[in-house]
Amino acid sequence: MTLGLREFHPFEAAGRRYLYLVPSAAVFALDDCSEAILAELGRGPQPLAELTQTLAARFDAVEVTDTIAELQRVRALGEMAAKAAPMPKIVPLRPVPLQTLVVNVTNQCNLACTYCYEYGEDKIVDTENGQQPKFMSEETARESVEFALRESRENKHAHITFFGGETLMNFPVLKSTIAYARRRAAEVGKDIDFSLTTNATLLQPDVIEFLANQRVGVTISIDGPEEMQDKFRVFNNGQGSYAMAAPKIKALLQRHRTRPVGARVTLTRQTLDVRRIYQHLSEELGFWEVGFAPVTTAPGRDYAIADQGFDHLLEQFRALAADYLAAALENRHHGFSNVRETLQEIHHGHAKAYPCGAGIGLMGVSTDGRVALCHRFAGSDDHGLGTVKDGVSWERQQAFLDTHHVANKTDCSTCWARPICAGGCYHEANTRYGTTQAPNLHYCEWIRGWTHTCLEIYGELAEKNPAFLSQFDDEPTEKVS
Amino acid sequence: MKHLTAINRKAARMEEVTKDVVALQGPPQQPEPPHIPNGCSLVFSPGWEADRNGGTAGLCQPVERDLFDCHMGCFWPAQVPDQLNHAPDWTAKCAAAQKDWRKIDLIFPDEKK
Repeated sequence: MTLGLREFHPFEAAGRRYLYLVPSAAVFALDDCSEAILAELGRGPQPLAELTQTLAARFDAVEVTDTIAELQRVRALGEMAAKAAPMPKIVPLRPVPLQTLVVNVTNQCNLACTYCYEYGEDKIVDTENGQQPKFMSEETARESVEFALRESRENKHAHITFFGGETLMNFPVLKSTIAYARRRAAEVGKDIDFSLTTNATLLQPDVIEFLANQRVGVTISIDGPEEMQDKFRVFNNGQGSYAMAAPKIKALLQRHRTRPVGARVTLTRQTLDVRRIYQHLSEELGFWEVGFAPVTTAPGRDYAIADQGFDHLLEQFRALAADYLAAALENRHHGFSNVRETLQEIHHGHAKAYPCGAGIGLMGVSTDGRVALCHRFAGSDDHGLGTVKDGVSWERQQAFLDTHHVANKTDCSTCWARPICAGGCYHEANTRYGTTQAPNLHYCEWIRGWTHTCLEIYGELAEKNPAFLSQFDDEPTEKVS
Repeated sequence: MKHLTAINRKAARMEEVTKDVVALQGPPQQPEPPHIPNGCSLVFSPGWEADRNGGTAGLCQPVERDLFDCHMGCFWPAQVPDQLNHAPDWTAKCAAAQKDWRKIDLIFPDEKK
């Protein structure tokens, strides 16, 4: 019997060696014997007898046999003669309950951010000249609520996220929809909660009051201190939006205490100072959490982050992640949400078949009531699944699930980070490669580097402050950005 | 597991689940059948170089074991009682030949009737 290594990613934390197993996404800590076996097999496959003999000088024969059995059990190693199992492809056989419905209450915006995926150079749907209404009607919003409640199926909980355009430009419909949804949810015996994303420029006192009273989760799109915010997040006349947004954000943070308020930062080539941005948003403005995402763009745009930019970005993420770890070891809160989200995924060890919940547990509705994979595709016929009024087509959904499974992405089959990445954002792939089915090869290195960093942090916390990890016991929820 | 420590929840679940999975991965577990040599007249079997499992563990049995050779599945007529018709119980007291062979007594067909 010749033994060889199977798929895993080794890492070290707090002086201990760990394995991140692929595709199971399980994390195990090694002892000396298991480490020695893996090191030995790292030089190439070996017959069992030879392996046992090599290790006989250092370990008891029974210990070696037992450890090999354990490593085989978790599939860290296996018999070379055994045929490697192909990547499993298990597609849901019936509709999955909807967890989040993203409702685009308007496609209008009072800002004209250069990089915007809805209005910028890489837009999918022409909302300016298209047939869709600029604002969602009350009727469509109500149908969306009915759809969300109906499609949540056996789940007791439903969630609606309001989105835009600039969400607050349709505040009247948003307001009446929340009231309607609460009433209807009570009638059908479900819980429902709400969140929204806004650029903060329209946060009038009465709006803030409403959001606080209604416990609406708020995410603010903001790119950092004034000089960074005003580079791309501008009004139509080119004037920056920081001066208008900042005081309103402060007012919101002061009044709205019922739900944590988060900031969502779009990183561009010109605004890559992650630590400075974090410091400003977290310490100077007072956001509870700050999440970062590189701008979605076709290659070659002025603001696109090029290859070296991703290295630089990773360096900065690592520095900020080190701050997170230091805080976590002392049980202090740190608001770098990218780390928290990745730790939560590592903690559960879900091996993803799909990069996100789009088209499965999450869908987006356009202003005319058409349902698409997510809010970023809202209104696009090519990525549509149905309408809130008539429901979604299970055939279309199935076809989507079949063609977008990670097993279809040949490039991902050799990557150890696939349980957590699964090819990445469909919208990003569509913008970059012209199809939602493509894996996002331009950020592979970045994803692997970042996942490795988060694994190290996870290992260190598991060793030094395991109680801290219990906060991740709840299932991760889909974020909307 | 002693040498690997489950760290995340998936690892803990795997540890729990693989207890059964490992058992299922092997060939079906069946109780070891009694050692009955394949009939010597049906297969070419020059002596008993291998036992019925293809191994050698069943070789070098005590001589008493031969009492049961040429019996049951064996076509070759031998000097053992006819278990099918006249003496169904002749081995009843002899659970293990090498130990209980003394309990086997002579059989007289007339006596039975």
